[in-house]
Amino acid sequence: MAPLRVAGLRKRYGAHDVIAGIGFELARGECFGLLGPNGAGKTTTLRCVLGLTQPLAGEITLAGLPVPQQARAARARVGVVPQTDNLDPDFSVAENLLVYGRYFGLPERTIRSRIPELLEFAGLGARAQTSIRELSGGMKRRLTLARALINEPELLVLDEPTTGLDPQARHLIWERLKGLPQRGVTVLLTTHFMDEAERLCHRLAILDGGRIVAQGAPHELIEAHIEPQVVEVYGENAANWAGTHAAGYAARFEVSGETAYCYVSQAEPLLAHLTRQVGLRYLHRPANLEDVFLKLTGRELRE
Amino acid sequence: MSSGKIHPTRDAGGAPVREDSFRFPRLSLRFVPVWRRNFLVWRKLAIPSILGNLADPMIYMLGLGYGLGRLLPEVGGASYIVFLSAGTVCFSTMNAATFEALYSAFSRMQVQRTWDAILNTPLALDDLVLAELIWAASKSFLSGIAILAVIWALGLSSSALSLWVLPLIFLVGLAFAGLGLMVTTLAPSYDFFMYYFTLFITPMTLLSGVFFPIEQLPAAFQALAQVLPLAHAVELARPLLLGHAPDAVFVHVAVLAGYLVVAYPVALALARRRLLQ
Repeated sequence: MAPLRVAGLRKRYGAHDVIAGIGFELARGECFGLLGPNGAGKTTTLRCVLGLTQPLAGEITLAGLPVPQQARAARARVGVVPQTDNLDPDFSVAENLLVYGRYFGLPERTIRSRIPELLEFAGLGARAQTSIRELSGGMKRRLTLARALINEPELLVLDEPTTGLDPQARHLIWERLKGLPQRGVTVLLTTHFMDEAERLCHRLAILDGGRIVAQGAPHELIEAHIEPQVVEVYGENAANWAGTHAAGYAARFEVSGETAYCYVSQAEPLLAHLTRQVGLRYLHRPANLEDVFLKLTGRELRE
Repeated sequence: MSSGKIHPTRDAGGAPVREDSFRFPRLSLRFVPVWRRNFLVWRKLAIPSILGNLADPMIYMLGLGYGLGRLLPEVGGASYIVFLSAGTVCFSTMNAATFEALYSAFSRMQVQRTWDAILNTPLALDDLVLAELIWAASKSFLSGIAILAVIWALGLSSSALSLWVLPLIFLVGLAFAGLGLMVTTLAPSYDFFMYYFTLFITPMTLLSGVFFPIEQLPAAFQALAQVLPLAHAVELARPLLLGHAPDAVFVHVAVLAGYLVVAYPVALALARRRLLQ
């Protein structure tokens, strides 16, 4: 049984379809990512999945139970890390876990026995009695992650888990998340960080304008949607250069400001040409998920 | 766990069904963990909180009661301070419930996002709003007890009937917590609460017989007082503290209970509209 199955999901605010018919299914023990620009419908999808808002149409099965009809029972088997920290500022680290565990109706003894291990997992073993106000942003995030595991969930849902964290703190969160599938926990996360998605997700769906525009493993998406190599050409003349020469060397190219992105299967002829050009610099690299993302969702700002 | 009530996403014909904000509340003991959360926060600050809630009404009661009371003959068949003590118990209970249901609940809902965290667990908004209601009433109950204790200690009331004020102030707390939560679930920010105080709480206090008998008011205002919950609370508390049975107990209790029974489902519906869209 899949930890989560979504089919034909639609949600409308006013006349606007925020989710315009999406479907995906998670396999046990995998990490699945919902990737998309701001306003793509990621958070709304999570709210529907958790039964916190009523969809216009669609079927959701969470932990084997229909949502929203049995959302309450389904949520008992799910952990949630929200986008904004909402730890209880008046409590210590350990009290936060204790109080949260009670919301699941867990016996006091069970909760207390889980706390030391969860604090260890979050790297907060020595801070059980510390007040939340004294924690750094990264520590709060890790505690929120530990809190989401208090009910030993089958599925962990994370909404942009590392937004606002510094690189050290992000890496520590990633390391913790990578360990979860081995513990049998399935992970559903939203992000707009490509490196995060590429590192963590076994499979992902790219969401834009409320639709899934591509779905698959990160390397499959790269193979399916984009040429394997990218040459970025920089300089004041990059746009002019691209207009006259790029088509001769690249299967596809895009100009954004003073950068020309050339997507190629064989980079050598282009590189040989570029070494002879004056006033242009370039970077040659393998294609990545960000290239796929920008190809599928465009380069315009989403605000 | 689940109540098993089914809310279909679509009806049989495939047309979308709107989330029914005005569905009647599902009452259950699941509110207890949320109540305990609020209690745990309060316990950390219990002594300053009780003293803070006690100081203000005591200053008014003793200051006006003894100061102004010297200028007055008997009011309502008792010394002015005895008259004032019944009003003070109800007035402080109302205030404590109102402040908790407005400012504290709003910060849990909107500022600290505590409600969001709780809604991600098996608890539903029905449990959460019920917990806030009972919590605000519990806190105001403690505040009312503190005032009663002072009244007893000063010998302002010595009748066993005054024990009936205990259930009364819990009901008063529930009614004003319900009204307060309605305002909170509508409020865009803390500033909004000022309207509630200046347009409702403050005028009601002056019209409800807290500081002077309602009979002193012009007839139109006396009529208006008949629908004000605080007036009914005072009508019950005053004779109980003086040691005789109140008249028309059922009417007074029914009005207070009526406010509660209407306010809680409305507050819950407003909360659903605000948080579950």
